[in-house]
Amino acid sequence: MTEKSGRKRLAAFLAVALLLVVVSGIVAAGCGGSDLPSAGGTDTTASTATSTTGVATSTSEATLSANLNGAGATFPEPLYVEWIGEFQIANPDVTINYQGIGSGGGIEQFTKLTVDFGASDAPMKDEEITAAEAAGGAKVLHIPTVFGAVVLAYNLDGIDELKLDPDTLAAIFLGSITRWNDAKIIALNPGVTLPDKSIQVVHRSDSSGTTNIFTGYLTQISTEWANKVGKGKEVQWPVGIGGQGNDGVAAVVQQQAGSIGYVELSYATESGLAMTILKNKAGNFVTPSLESTSAAAVGVTFPDDLRFSVSNSDGAQAYPIVGATWILVFEKMKGAAEVEALKAWLTWSLNGGTAIAQELGYAPLSEELKALTLAKIDSISSF
Amino acid sequence: MSARSWQRKGVGRKADSLFAIMAALSGVLILLVLAYMVISTTATALPVFGSQGISFIAGSEWSPSNGQFGILAFIYGTVVTSVIALVIAVPLSLGVSLFLTEYSPRRLRGIIGYAVDLLAAVPSVIYGLWGVFILLPLFLQPTADFLSDNLGFIPIFKGPASGLSYFGAGVILAIMITPIITSLCREVFDTVPNADRQAAYALGATKWEMIRQAVLPRGRAGVVGATMLGLGRALGETIAVALLIGSSVKVDTSVLSPGYSMAAVIANQFQEATGDHIRALVGIGVVLFGLTIIINMGARALVWRFNRV
Amino acid sequence: MDRWAGSRIVPGVCLRECKPARRRVWRNRRNTTLVLLAVGLTLIPVIMILYQITARGIATMDWEFLTSSMPFSFRREGGGFLNGLVGTAIMVGLASAISIPLGILAAVYIVEYGKRNWLAKLIRFFSDVMAGVPSVFVGLFVYTALVIQFGFGALMGAASLAIIMLPIIVRSTEEMLKLVPHELKDASYALGAAKWQTIMRVILPSAAPGISTGVMLAVGRAAGETAPLILTALGSYQLTAKLWGAPMSSLTLAIFDGARNPFAAGQARAWAGALELLIIVLVFTVVARVVASRSRISR
Repeated sequence: MTEKSGRKRLAAFLAVALLLVVVSGIVAAGCGGSDLPSAGGTDTTASTATSTTGVATSTSEATLSANLNGAGATFPEPLYVEWIGEFQIANPDVTINYQGIGSGGGIEQFTKLTVDFGASDAPMKDEEITAAEAAGGAKVLHIPTVFGAVVLAYNLDGIDELKLDPDTLAAIFLGSITRWNDAKIIALNPGVTLPDKSIQVVHRSDSSGTTNIFTGYLTQISTEWANKVGKGKEVQWPVGIGGQGNDGVAAVVQQQAGSIGYVELSYATESGLAMTILKNKAGNFVTPSLESTSAAAVGVTFPDDLRFSVSNSDGAQAYPIVGATWILVFEKMKGAAEVEALKAWLTWSLNGGTAIAQELGYAPLSEELKALTLAKIDSISSF
Repeated sequence: MSARSWQRKGVGRKADSLFAIMAALSGVLILLVLAYMVISTTATALPVFGSQGISFIAGSEWSPSNGQFGILAFIYGTVVTSVIALVIAVPLSLGVSLFLTEYSPRRLRGIIGYAVDLLAAVPSVIYGLWGVFILLPLFLQPTADFLSDNLGFIPIFKGPASGLSYFGAGVILAIMITPIITSLCREVFDTVPNADRQAAYALGATKWEMIRQAVLPRGRAGVVGATMLGLGRALGETIAVALLIGSSVKVDTSVLSPGYSMAAVIANQFQEATGDHIRALVGIGVVLFGLTIIINMGARALVWRFNRV
Repeated sequence: MDRWAGSRIVPGVCLRECKPARRRVWRNRRNTTLVLLAVGLTLIPVIMILYQITARGIATMDWEFLTSSMPFSFRREGGGFLNGLVGTAIMVGLASAISIPLGILAAVYIVEYGKRNWLAKLIRFFSDVMAGVPSVFVGLFVYTALVIQFGFGALMGAASLAIIMLPIIVRSTEEMLKLVPHELKDASYALGAAKWQTIMRVILPSAAPGISTGVMLAVGRAAGETAPLILTALGSYQLTAKLWGAPMSSLTLAIFDGARNPFAAGQARAWAGALELLIIVLVFTVVARVVASRSRISR
């Protein structure tokens, strides 16, 4: 029997097959895959969330029917999920998907026209607007939705009240103050026994609008920070542990004794973390709260394109690290039904959604700013 | 039963070769998958390799939104945590495997062997969860503080000390690879002939002298191989490290400061990544793959050589 | 260990008679202590993990946890990991359906068909290599090879788990097939059975207990994998049985997310999920061991 030669033939046949598949694999891999799917491109989180808090008062006369996709900042994501859920209860034929993929990703997807609206905690830069307007063939509108405070959550056993001023805060994040019983911190907190422990700085490890708000503030108040690190959605941190997302930072602060990290207000309150009291521009020590967040927007003059900053505000009772968050839309977009649904959702959110916003720790727009914003929303139309 | 009748009709032979081809194809599929693994990932990462050049592995500037992808800090973190893991796990594994082969009474051997196997079966995400919520406050942070307070003058123990650090990740890795190294060492020591042991005793050796002169020398290649397999596992370990390393992109000489590893950055950043950022993460995977393959092949070669002896 | 003797030969002449006996005894005692210390240090984490996962997991583990899915936010209380449990079951099931037949067949090829064949050697070597591939890289591979084309989903997750299981099954099956006595095969051939019949009816059945041990270890390993699933199944809050087109959760993904969030409700669910997962994995591991020891006895 030619069993041996048969086996050899089999092996040779298989070797040829192997070669063929490998070659075709190289070709396929070489040609394919220019557009990579990312988590942001698919339906990951609760897109069709239903909420338990109240019912959206129906704002629309006729029945709306549309399918909208949006992506961007994680900072307002908890709020948007609720706003969408409420709105969808009142308008069952409308589906809105919102993916919290970070402000950077939001602007990118908006520019690539893969979503109907973007969301960002930082207004778009001029060159980003130029690129987006070239792609979308229409003007970009910035729709501010709420204000949020970035608070410094810390983990120090038995210390529920900790005061910091801008200089000390910057020094901690620059790594020049490394221990909790540093003379500068003690001077700000008479009567508090600070432990002889090293300070664990916690920051975001992903690209984040929260980081943009926080580093923007540090850049305003510290020239050393402005020169060494600067402002951005991601920066080269001199010291510290990284956390993924607002919840990741809050989690690390909670786990790591002696830590301090920046998170959006509601993440700190809901995970039961202590927050530092910060000295504002007027020289007052201010506890982060809804009121002190709203106070930051008082007296700010808003430019026509609504790209403004409320960081380090002059108000006497204003919490200093406050940022607005924006939804990004084109003034003209495809689909009359989509336009109607988007306008209805945004209008309802700014009017009827304020209670949910406050419940989650976001400050609604002032009446003045709301009027300006509603006018912008009203100007959206279809091609 | 029907075998003979089939053979008569020539069906048996046909079925036979069909079966042979199916079996061979299954084997070849492994080769194909492995080959395609390398091709597909490399091809996806190629644009980033091209745009970053050598700074992809030599640069430590990682800034996805600015299109900068230097992964040196991740390579460094992977190596440092793995080395810490080995420094802790190898002596422990040697101790446990020697206990199991040389010291333990028969009954205890079963129980402890079982417990060690149990440790090997625990999923990595459970190590991570436990590490972050239990081990960190209970052991990692106090130990890190102790080391930096007392040995802070040595650069690798310089403060500020963090439990979420190379050290923290290294400790959890050590716990995870100890059972792997242990079971391999145990197999190796089990092959030492009893005659050798008796000979050593007959010469008046104490138990330890017997181990040193009869057991350890014989198992050397095996122990090195086991260590390298443990290292291979440590390099690729993802979730527990992602939770404990502190996710900070920098190269720091102090093991008590937070860092990042290759596998951890892939797991942490994938969900928010788009475009070139994803390609860069795939590129990190390719480098990691290369590193583990080299280590593993070396280990196999050593273990193989040992097996043939 | 610091001074391993170079030779493998038991010294015939000098056994440190140069050193005083007391020192030798002391050294022996010291090293015995060190060995015992190592055992103690290794056992501490086993006990701690088992105890703490059980204690913390039981606090949240109830009927609701087992039978409902995650609320859409980690902040919210209630709900459970049913979406993860179903995801794990579907993906591990699919992965088993792919990898078990393939793995066994490949091992059959290595042992029965390709004894001195370069191809068999190649397959054997590379299945070893495959076993050492980091699981996160397997995930990246499936992402580039499948997800880019077809999107995230259960099938992609299962593909990555199958790749992880495959080498484990090949190696353990190979070991078992080698142990099947020659007399059995010869007897089968002598009765006129064809080779494939011998393999299917004689060799595989007699190696079955050993093979199933390997399979169960592989299943336990797959059920505990997280990293490849992040890149292929992605995770989801929702309960789904769709095999493709929709992201799917797994127990491990749900625990990982729970471990990374600061909310008490989310963390409590993670502990309960960890208990659930630990029980599943340990059952597979323990049953595998029992089967293995049974078969050893019968042999």
